[in-house]
Amino acid sequence: MNENRTCHRGKIAVLYFLLSIMMIGLAGRLFYLMVFCSQYYMAKAEDLHQRERTIKAARGRILDRNGIVLADNRTVCTISVIHNQVKEPEKVIQMLCDELDLEKETVQKKVEKRSSREVIATNVEKELGDKVRSWGLAGVKVDEDYKRYYPYDSLASKVLGFTGGDNQGIIGLEVKYESYLKGTNGTILSMADAAGVELKNGKEERIEPVAGNDLITSLDVNIQQYAQQLAYETMEKKNAKGVSILVMNPQNGEIMALVNVPEFNLNDPFTLDQNLVSEAARQMAADQVASGMDNQERRNRMWRNSCVSDTYEPGSTFKIITAAAGLEADVVNLEDKFSCPGFRIVEDRKIRCHKVGGHGGENFLQGMMNSCNPVLIDVGQRLGVDLYCQYFEQFGLKGKTGIDIPGEAATIMHKKENMGPVELATVSFGQSFQITPIQLIATVSSIINGGRRVTPHFGVEARSADHTWIRELSYPIGRQILSEETSETMRFILEQVVAEGSGKKAAVEGFRIGGKTATSEKLPRSLKKYISSFIGFAPADNPKVIALITIDEPEGIYYGGTIAAPVIADLFRNILPLVS
Amino acid sequence: MAKQQQPKTSGQRPNQKPNHTRTMQPMKSGGNQSRNIRQEKSPQVQKNGQPYVKKMHARRFYDYSLLFLIIFLTLFGLVMIYSSSSYSAQLKYGDTGYFMKRQGYIALGGVFLMLVISKINYHFFAKFAVLAYVLSYVLMLMVMFTPLGIAANGKKRWLKLGALQFQPTELVKIALILLLAVVITEMGAQINKIKALYWIAAITIPIAGLVTKNNLSSGIIILGIAFVMSFVASKLRWPFVTCTAAVGVIAAFAGPIATVLEKIGLMQPYQLMRIHVWLNPEAYRQDGGYQVLQGLYAIGSGGLMGKGLGESIQKLGFVPEAQNDMVFSIICEELGIFGAVGIILIFLFMIYRFMLIASNAPDLFGAMLVVGVMGHIAIQVILNIAVVTNTIPNTGITLPFISYGGTSVVFLMMEMGMVLSVSNQIKLQK
Repeated sequence: MNENRTCHRGKIAVLYFLLSIMMIGLAGRLFYLMVFCSQYYMAKAEDLHQRERTIKAARGRILDRNGIVLADNRTVCTISVIHNQVKEPEKVIQMLCDELDLEKETVQKKVEKRSSREVIATNVEKELGDKVRSWGLAGVKVDEDYKRYYPYDSLASKVLGFTGGDNQGIIGLEVKYESYLKGTNGTILSMADAAGVELKNGKEERIEPVAGNDLITSLDVNIQQYAQQLAYETMEKKNAKGVSILVMNPQNGEIMALVNVPEFNLNDPFTLDQNLVSEAARQMAADQVASGMDNQERRNRMWRNSCVSDTYEPGSTFKIITAAAGLEADVVNLEDKFSCPGFRIVEDRKIRCHKVGGHGGENFLQGMMNSCNPVLIDVGQRLGVDLYCQYFEQFGLKGKTGIDIPGEAATIMHKKENMGPVELATVSFGQSFQITPIQLIATVSSIINGGRRVTPHFGVEARSADHTWIRELSYPIGRQILSEETSETMRFILEQVVAEGSGKKAAVEGFRIGGKTATSEKLPRSLKKYISSFIGFAPADNPKVIALITIDEPEGIYYGGTIAAPVIADLFRNILPLVS
Repeated sequence: MAKQQQPKTSGQRPNQKPNHTRTMQPMKSGGNQSRNIRQEKSPQVQKNGQPYVKKMHARRFYDYSLLFLIIFLTLFGLVMIYSSSSYSAQLKYGDTGYFMKRQGYIALGGVFLMLVISKINYHFFAKFAVLAYVLSYVLMLMVMFTPLGIAANGKKRWLKLGALQFQPTELVKIALILLLAVVITEMGAQINKIKALYWIAAITIPIAGLVTKNNLSSGIIILGIAFVMSFVASKLRWPFVTCTAAVGVIAAFAGPIATVLEKIGLMQPYQLMRIHVWLNPEAYRQDGGYQVLQGLYAIGSGGLMGKGLGESIQKLGFVPEAQNDMVFSIICEELGIFGAVGIILIFLFMIYRFMLIASNAPDLFGAMLVVGVMGHIAIQVILNIAVVTNTIPNTGITLPFISYGGTSVVFLMMEMGMVLSVSNQIKLQK
């Protein structure tokens, strides 16, 4: 064999030298990457490893005017198992079955299922969740969460509204004031592996959630509760489809109660057919099912706030508007003489008064007290289409009121160019057009409060839980829609209506009440279905509260003066001491 | 020390430094002394020597430094395999030590095999050179054309013989080192002619081509081994300078050249993509840049001091199969620049030991064997670190002694055994 020569040794040394150079070069490259690029890659890696977990912010509460909580948060727990962290499956299954009262078979299946996380139970009370956690079994996770809770269940359900799975408002004030109530979610930034599993010893950064702001409303739980009780009683007694009662401060538009029975339980808003206290309501539900209406549509109807979202022919209560317009335009005064033969012929139509024999000779005040159609038809005709429409618009009846819950319906009114004397005549006593109850009460409030248009609303103030941040919600008094004198005259007329006229049954001893009754025939007229209503306010000389009741399809006696007015009297008897 | 108690009767030269331990002497790589060692144990001396020389059991060298390095790197490798694979092993096999234990058993067997081989005179291996070379062809063809070949990750690289499953490419490397060492030794002075280089190319290129078919990186290593061995053996310089220059030019214009090659069909689209990924990994995050980027994130987040052993986050599924080709990036992340450069220095020292043994080898055959192994280890270390740091395009190369892989460990240990065997034939000056 050959010798290992010097030249080979030289070459080996050269080889070693070259290899060393390369390795040192690589070490240099490493130095560059690990020292100069370190920040860059570290940031990139961090970005890759960090997982964001949301901490839900507590939603702001909803309070009534006296600070009573109407909508609150409850801490509930979600209990889940993480398969590959479970160490004693038998013990875990047994514990979960015992504590949560679940069937062993279903729990076993979930515990033994190879998945990253299996939810065992949701919406578990905090106490029970704490108990499960105190067992300290590996692989059992108890996560706390907030759930909306309504202490009064169905009280003012269609006003407050409820929240969905992500704690977002679905209807009512919960939607309207979402931005105040919602709060800002916090985050937990933690380290995770490629599969997204959090590391046990990884560093954790927390950004704390900011709770939502409380909403203080103008609602008064006592008034709301009493009004609701009256509404249910009336609904049951008159076998009505529904009854609504609105109670408002006519001076500023703050709504103290808005009842729409049947209400639904806010803690269980998806169950149909709640609180159907009358046979008529149950029949209506059965008819809906029979006609094949799907459940979501039925729920939407159940959640519907008819005072705001539904229009109706106001009937005689609208005579207040015609009278106010007539007085303001000075086409009529209290002493003007009219005669009622029981009907009035306008062009080729014969329009009847509700009193078949007629009221005979009467002055304007008496006409209003009798709720005499021919008198109001005459006032309307004196005004003429142009002027009537001008007042209609001036009083704010054309648009929406701007109430602070969603879904308000607009007025349905004749177009001015399509209005002849006949249409004008029917409008004058509240037929052939439709407005919402909230629009009626807002307009009447404006007429009796001295002539300033008000915006009906619930929201008074939003404030942070620690009161460090407060925002007043302003619904400023609008423009003057009629003169103070006309307003005073209207208060006087309406007080006379209750004192000696068709609204007698609304009288409350010791209080000066003003008001107006109405009995509107529902369309089509042949069905002989009615909406009875009464709008009343007190004290008549300086109104502090105004209330409107509508009874949908009462059975038996259906005159507003007979069935609606006494309810308001009852209401006022109980709430006037509270209001004043 | 026991041997020193024997009476020393070497008549040729007085022992100048009797207190030197055996292991210390060869480390002095100074020309004089090592030359003396070499001259003393040249075969002629042995043949012509006095009878008493034969009787006396000549003291022979054994490179314990290298042995220590091998054991150290293997153990360090086990630690890093455990660190980088425990998480995925737990997920996949329910045993954090799955990969580490497997590697540990194979390494234990490998070390034993190495010790046995190191005690055999390396001239004995020459007998198997042709056989091993032919066997390489047979096994490679079996992998490619028989059902015994097994594909993993889309590449047919494994051969399954009964319960035994291994990668024949590892055998090809050792067989080629052996055969080239024999051929070069047989050529004698002929090696200095260009014709000899053609012969070497003729031996190397067919088998390298076969390997490259399924494993580009191993093909490159095989070519590299042949290149290094012939570079050392031959007095010629220009062929090697030319080759190096050519590689340099290609590397400098890799992008455009690859595009042209791909256009005329000489290159697969996926290979072109790798070049693009290499040039700009962040732009190809979704198509192939993922592994490279994750490696860079790991290296970069190591910084100066590292995160500490076991603290890597990139190994938690971000760097795919972190215990394999990319293990160096996890070393960087956990041990920082100090740990990473430390490992490079240990490899440099190991290659330095190879250089010493090669320089002092009793004959050219021994020297060429060691040079082949030196080339193998060095190229693999350099390519691996270069890939991990995205210095060259991505190709799967393991880090010797540290990366997970049974076949690789067994054949590496065999190569180390051969080197130690060469070191063991170095006779110490008496």
